[in-house]
Amino acid sequence: MYSFEFEKPSTIADAVAALGGEDAQALGGGQTLIPTLKQRLAAPTKLVSVSGIAEMKGVCVEDDGSVAIGGATTHATVAREAAGSYPALAALAGQIGDPAVRNRGTIGGSIANNDPAACYPAAVLGSGATIVTNARQIAADDFFEGMFGTALDEGEIITSVRFPVPQAASYQKFLQPASRFALVGAYVARFASGVRVAITGASEDGVFRWSEAEAALDKEFRPDALMGLKINPMNMIGDLHGSKDYRAHLVSVMTKRAVEACM
Amino acid sequence: MPKDSGIGASSKRREDVRFLTGAGNYTDDINVHGQAYVHFLRSDIAHGRINNIDTSAAEGMPGVVKVFTGKDFEGVGGMPCGWEVTDKHGAPMQEPPHPILAQGKVRHVGDPIAAVVADSLEQARDAAEAIEVDIEELTPVLDMKAAAQDGATLVHDDLKNNICYDWQLGEADDAKVDEVFANAAHVTTLDLINNRLVANPMEPRVAVAEYSRGTDEYTLYTTSQNPHVIRLLMCAFVLGLPEHKVRVVAPDVGGGFGTKIFHYAEEAFCTFAAKACNRPVKWTASRSEAFMSDAQGRDHVSTIELALDADNNFVGLRTNTYANLGAYLSTFSSSVPTWLHGTLMAGNYKTPVIQVNVKAMFTNTVPVDAYRGAGRPEATFQLERVIDKAARELGVDPIALRRQNFITQFPYDTPVALTYDTGDYNGTMDKLEAAADLAGFAARRAESEAKGKLRGLGVNCYIEACGIAPSNIVGMLGARAGLYDAATVRVNATGSISVMVGAHSHGQGHETAFPQVVADMIGIDESMVEIVHGDTSKIPFGMGTYGSRSLAVCGSAMVKATEKVIDKAKKIAAHLLEASEADIELKDGQFSVAGTDKSVAWGDVTLTAYVPHNFPLEVEPGLEETAFYDPANFTFPAGAYACEVEVDPETGQVSIEAFTAADDFGNIVNPMIVDGQVHGGIGQGIGQALLENCAYDENGQLLSASFMDYAMPRADDVPFYGVDHSSQTPCTHNPLGVKGCGEAGAIGSPPAVVNAVLDALNSGGRAVDHIDMPVSPSRVWAAMNG
Repeated sequence: MYSFEFEKPSTIADAVAALGGEDAQALGGGQTLIPTLKQRLAAPTKLVSVSGIAEMKGVCVEDDGSVAIGGATTHATVAREAAGSYPALAALAGQIGDPAVRNRGTIGGSIANNDPAACYPAAVLGSGATIVTNARQIAADDFFEGMFGTALDEGEIITSVRFPVPQAASYQKFLQPASRFALVGAYVARFASGVRVAITGASEDGVFRWSEAEAALDKEFRPDALMGLKINPMNMIGDLHGSKDYRAHLVSVMTKRAVEACM
Repeated sequence: MPKDSGIGASSKRREDVRFLTGAGNYTDDINVHGQAYVHFLRSDIAHGRINNIDTSAAEGMPGVVKVFTGKDFEGVGGMPCGWEVTDKHGAPMQEPPHPILAQGKVRHVGDPIAAVVADSLEQARDAAEAIEVDIEELTPVLDMKAAAQDGATLVHDDLKNNICYDWQLGEADDAKVDEVFANAAHVTTLDLINNRLVANPMEPRVAVAEYSRGTDEYTLYTTSQNPHVIRLLMCAFVLGLPEHKVRVVAPDVGGGFGTKIFHYAEEAFCTFAAKACNRPVKWTASRSEAFMSDAQGRDHVSTIELALDADNNFVGLRTNTYANLGAYLSTFSSSVPTWLHGTLMAGNYKTPVIQVNVKAMFTNTVPVDAYRGAGRPEATFQLERVIDKAARELGVDPIALRRQNFITQFPYDTPVALTYDTGDYNGTMDKLEAAADLAGFAARRAESEAKGKLRGLGVNCYIEACGIAPSNIVGMLGARAGLYDAATVRVNATGSISVMVGAHSHGQGHETAFPQVVADMIGIDESMVEIVHGDTSKIPFGMGTYGSRSLAVCGSAMVKATEKVIDKAKKIAAHLLEASEADIELKDGQFSVAGTDKSVAWGDVTLTAYVPHNFPLEVEPGLEETAFYDPANFTFPAGAYACEVEVDPETGQVSIEAFTAADDFGNIVNPMIVDGQVHGGIGQGIGQALLENCAYDENGQLLSASFMDYAMPRADDVPFYGVDHSSQTPCTHNPLGVKGCGEAGAIGSPPAVVNAVLDALNSGGRAVDHIDMPVSPSRVWAAMNG
């Protein structure tokens, strides 16, 4: 990797200040960024680690019942500490990568990266969560802007993510056999106000809501409600691991299985 | 009763203590005082003409010792190929130069263009980025059939075409083969691909070379399965160095699987550069580098045709294969699609007429060479898939069809150049049917179907030619080396024994199994015997470890050397016991005079050999013997495998529910190690069948260039295996009666998996003839919905 400066501040304010320089970059768990640096595919002048900021860590239930997770909280912590308050989210976190990844990787890092095959974006979008940064609050529907793209500004840090807790939810992931990222992952969350369905892994535009499925499930929340619903394969990812048609098919299968798991 | 020591005992692997406690000594653990580091600048395009390489900026970068390009090696030999294949018209194969660093053209992504030696690896990488390379891109040659056409773009401009050789084995009279097929009652034809694989041993390749100005001697530490072969090739063909001035050490090696047999350019480079820079030079491949520089495996595109008579007897077999050799000839690449593949096309069956046709192709891809099984998996896959397809077409039981056509008389001369010395294919199949509870399959299928899953059973046989190899035979076939092996048994004064063996252990457990043999022969504790391997300065000679040869060939040399030691020790014992040598018996470490209670212990005899105060004058002091062993024939391990899968009809996901192997390895020294070898081989075979796929795009870029896209099998991808090796017909021509077990699992398992998946799909009322490996969920789903 190329040389860079390194800072590990203990407050959000210090981190924001440290990120003010040109080509500075925030470092969460480094599960994507560090391999990228090792391959010399990125050359930030400075890395600002957020892992020393205590107020960005941990899981807590807020007064309104939502579950707030600090941006620097590891997947392993979420899997453990959200198990009571938001079991579907905890289960998702517990299935990301392997133990080494789960004990390093963070929710903020995952969401800010917005890998099209990552798991967390499906939970955030599927739950209608709110992304809280040092500067503002962003609704999930406004946050994800296509593959590796987000609404974050330069130097903006995800300090926490606030999840409303649905009546029932489930994430069903079909593994890409090599990376074990999601070839297709479907997150279904049933709220009193309606059903949300978010799909990851499948689309060239990154995570998205499958509105036809939501409408069908709003009418009738059972697996059969999805019968005959197909997603257009045109914008699906087609690669070594699965064709566009196959991914479109898996979107239906995984969504149905998520609904079954909610029953 | 299982034994608790010696031949037949499941002695625990003594080497695992150091591997599991971090005390191993791998090549990357070796650091030489003052060493510099080399980074190779590798081509990122598949095919191009090098117009200019400007290294001037790089040479001035901090820490740079020297920058090398192909020009620095113009007077140096290229990487040699160890096997000259003669084509079907009697002409030698086309053998293009393989320079250490690219000269004139780059021919695959990863082809080394330049090398920077610097004080640190990061400095070398920085400087490599400052090298300006002007390459004119050329059309990459990727599709083998297109590459074989007249007028195709040439990978090597000086060759007449991209065909290394057009080879044939078996029946040479095309008309006779045509007639067999014309008269057949049934012909089954199958087009299939044997997918390209990346071996991916856990330890990437490493080379550390040093040169002594004082003695003009070189030492190369390298990740090799055969250090003597590396020394011979590098000295004689590449660098022109005297062998006695070069020491090659292959210390602990973290997996080879064939890909560490070959002499690689990086080894020769480091040795050359150590003198040129007057500094030790170290290279450690990154995993990304391994993906584009380790020789890859398989990559055959074949059509196989099986002719049967009205009684379902096999009457003819014809194959046409395109074998991908990649951009250059790797050390043994030419032998893999020919003598290691065509010769196995008879399989376990008495097919009277066989014709094997192979066109070996140059393409703009990473060179392809031996990978666990090497040619034999490709042969087995074709044959066992076409038999399964024939059984389905004819509506007969696939096991019965196989049994009906088994070879049952031995020795058996196949129509494809081999003589099987022994075997019992029906007996082995009986073992499989029992061990895999094939009678219970229908009930298991019903259980799966009740869960909404399709269940399939795939059975196949395999045979392999191992114990490679009789030198006189392989010499006639084009090998440029002998394939004997050697061992020195050095008995120390106090009776412990060091055995210097030419075989190299990189996972096979030699350090445990070899001492079991020597200790058993003498009747002493295994702990008194130690194996020394992997260092040309310590062992007499060795052709190394591959082709399931170590115990059959090197082990035989070790037995012969041990017999010589025992003969001499008996002379000494006879002198001490004042008896005739002919009356001396050795049992449990005691020499005794037959029919008396007079005896002398092993340790007393060995001490006498080195403190020869009371010693027979006609005998030399000391107790050390060397033997070379050249096998009389190949060995022929054979077996029958059964795989049961469940297929999720919604997603195409395949899960392996059971896998049972019944193997005939002849006699077995350590059953636990044999189990482990079979487990590992099946794991790799399942990897090939379900997961692994080395794929290039239309520009010759490697699509599966990291573990993010190249799916290695993981623990939860494979089942608990059933392994039965109680079917034992000992090899008839080596002293231990052993056949070898290292490759069997990788050879025998892919067709079992694919046959099982197809059985599952067809059970669901679909007619699916074939799915190419890897049988990924996506492909299964497409086949079900196609």
